[in-house]
Amino acid sequence: MKDNSTHGYLDMDLLRFTTAGSVDDGKSTLIGRLLYDSKAIFDDQLEAVEKASAKRGTGEVDLSLLTDGLRAEREQGITIDVAYRYFATPRRKFIIADTPGHIQYTRNMVTGASTANLAIILVDARKGIQEQTNRHAFIASLLGIPHVVFCINKMDLVDYDEAVFTRIQRELEDFSSKLEVRDVRFIPISALKGDMVVDRGSNMNWYQGPTLMYLLENIHIAGDINHIDRRFPVQYVVRPQTTEHHDFRGFAGRVAGGVLRVGDPVQVLPSGFSSTIKSILVGAVESEECFAPQSATITLQDEIDISRGDMLVGPNNQPEVGQDVDAMICWFNERPLQVNGKYALKHTTRDARCMVKEVTYKMDINTLRKVEGDRAINMNDIGRVKLRTTVPLAMDKYQRNRITGSLILIDEGTNETVAACMIV
Amino acid sequence: MHSYRLTHLKELESESIHILREVAAQFENPALLFSGGKDSIVCFHLARKAFFPAKVPFPLVHIDTGHNFEETMAFRDKLVAEHGVRLIVGSVQESIDQGKVTEETGFYASRNKLQTVTLLDTIEANKIDCAIGGGRRDEEKARAKERVFSHRDDFGQWDPKNQRPELWNLYNGRKRPGEHFRAFPISNWTEMDVWQYILLENIPIPSIYFSHEREVFLRDGVIYANSPFMNLKPEEKPFRKQVRFRTIGDMSCTGAVDSPAASLEEIITEVASSRVTERGSRQDDKRSEAAMEDRKKEGYF
Repeated sequence: MKDNSTHGYLDMDLLRFTTAGSVDDGKSTLIGRLLYDSKAIFDDQLEAVEKASAKRGTGEVDLSLLTDGLRAEREQGITIDVAYRYFATPRRKFIIADTPGHIQYTRNMVTGASTANLAIILVDARKGIQEQTNRHAFIASLLGIPHVVFCINKMDLVDYDEAVFTRIQRELEDFSSKLEVRDVRFIPISALKGDMVVDRGSNMNWYQGPTLMYLLENIHIAGDINHIDRRFPVQYVVRPQTTEHHDFRGFAGRVAGGVLRVGDPVQVLPSGFSSTIKSILVGAVESEECFAPQSATITLQDEIDISRGDMLVGPNNQPEVGQDVDAMICWFNERPLQVNGKYALKHTTRDARCMVKEVTYKMDINTLRKVEGDRAINMNDIGRVKLRTTVPLAMDKYQRNRITGSLILIDEGTNETVAACMIV
Repeated sequence: MHSYRLTHLKELESESIHILREVAAQFENPALLFSGGKDSIVCFHLARKAFFPAKVPFPLVHIDTGHNFEETMAFRDKLVAEHGVRLIVGSVQESIDQGKVTEETGFYASRNKLQTVTLLDTIEANKIDCAIGGGRRDEEKARAKERVFSHRDDFGQWDPKNQRPELWNLYNGRKRPGEHFRAFPISNWTEMDVWQYILLENIPIPSIYFSHEREVFLRDGVIYANSPFMNLKPEEKPFRKQVRFRTIGDMSCTGAVDSPAASLEEIITEVASSRVTERGSRQDDKRSEAAMEDRKKEGYF
């Protein structure tokens, strides 16, 4: 918020990132530091934190208190759910999905990761890689986060020793090579003292790379969106039924991939009918094209029966249409996954039902190995499953498209969201 | 090659439109909670875009505390007439008259907390299954955790520990009879985003957001508009001053700021250099550190 100019603000882009770390890795302190040093904290918020710090008797102002939202958390001193934070610099607006690190809350981490462009994973310099570090990195990879930044934190407690940083970096590189993350970075920091977070500080002149803030502000994210495969899940049919727009029949949705232009041929899935794009509305304005992740309304040359849940795609580049789904699953609910159980399912704008045909394997997310002889999927477990759906879905692989490649399962009795699936 | 890039405001707009359409598709009888404040005005503007060229397919609901700024009411009525939307009014005065709630007394008496009962009654009487609100996660710590599609049990209560995980852009609006949802399409917007968007889109807002002279008085360091709804202490002497409002709520709990900002550009400059949050001038949040969380659990906006 350093820049007050109106013009600059209208030309910023948006970076969503998650933060993950083990208990006491200093995650809340890091977020507090980013907010504080980027001047995103207001006086009344700081005052409230000062009051709370004094009540706790922790001595200095505890920046971690800025982010701990709910009363139960304040009492226990831990973060228990996903909380969203916002700050902006003159270059970018940031949305942080702040998720807890301990094992029973894998589901929150997965939730936060699902929309993130970047993951910050904190590692305590004194402890090096922990089981949870591997788990966080694996989840970032599984959820297709394009950029992962390992912050080796608490460098002040290891005398800002370069050798400590280099050793941890090497170990993390070995582990990350097994994962599907495109871009991995390493930064030595002290969230508490502020070194290499926003300011470089003077304690680690041996480190030549960017500070965390510089990286967040400059990392290239425009290339992360799929602008190749044309995908338009129909969300809602707009029919004004007024004299002025008597025959208007528009298909509203959010572009999930590619670019759609007026005059482009499209195919409707699953019906297979073809037509041509007649017009595109972005908001209330006629446009020549729309692209991911824009919301738009499309009209077609031909009158075809299209409703919510259908997908408009490029005829020469189609997703797979079928009722058999092979997916990685992350289970969120206390009631374990039931093989042969039936669940409601949401995939893009399509509502369907499915049966879990089999659990192919369960994963040990600390070692990245398959668990032998145990296929019970309980809360916070990750595994691979085969589903059979009641209606055909138009699917892409998750690593190709995070929107058309993802789905959630819902318990039909309780209506709770019980699982996230990534199509493989 | 052409650069396919969205500015953050356009990306937020796209996300909000997606959410509004999802509400219209998943619920039978949604409604937009409309206070006449900038956040609900932006929500309505987004809804117009989402369903264009059709009309916004749901009514507006105004929970009327009876302690309104005149300017806000005039603005509301004009907007409703211009866009031909249906307006449902839930009256706190009626809830008081029916004995459902008891008016607070004393110098700090406010109808803010009473609104919850009226809101839940209005939702039930009109069989609203999803109430769309202009709440933002940056406003307050408890809001930071709330889902975009936020489930309410049959008492209208929010259970922060038992929220459904919300992934990608898949929103689970399934519910049992008697339960309802709140949906927050501008969850991810900040105060600054809202102002910039109002400027970008040239959206009309009530005049009291801009600097004007009015009769005010000072209480606990906060400037309040003087009105028949306020019980002034003997030492509180009304005086005239150039002020504007950063948020619009019930007159009894909305503080004004000492500001000369008379245009959107000036407001934005002021917001950017401000050192207190917009809720810092809201008396309702100051009652305790967990004030918002308590009200939300009971079914507040």
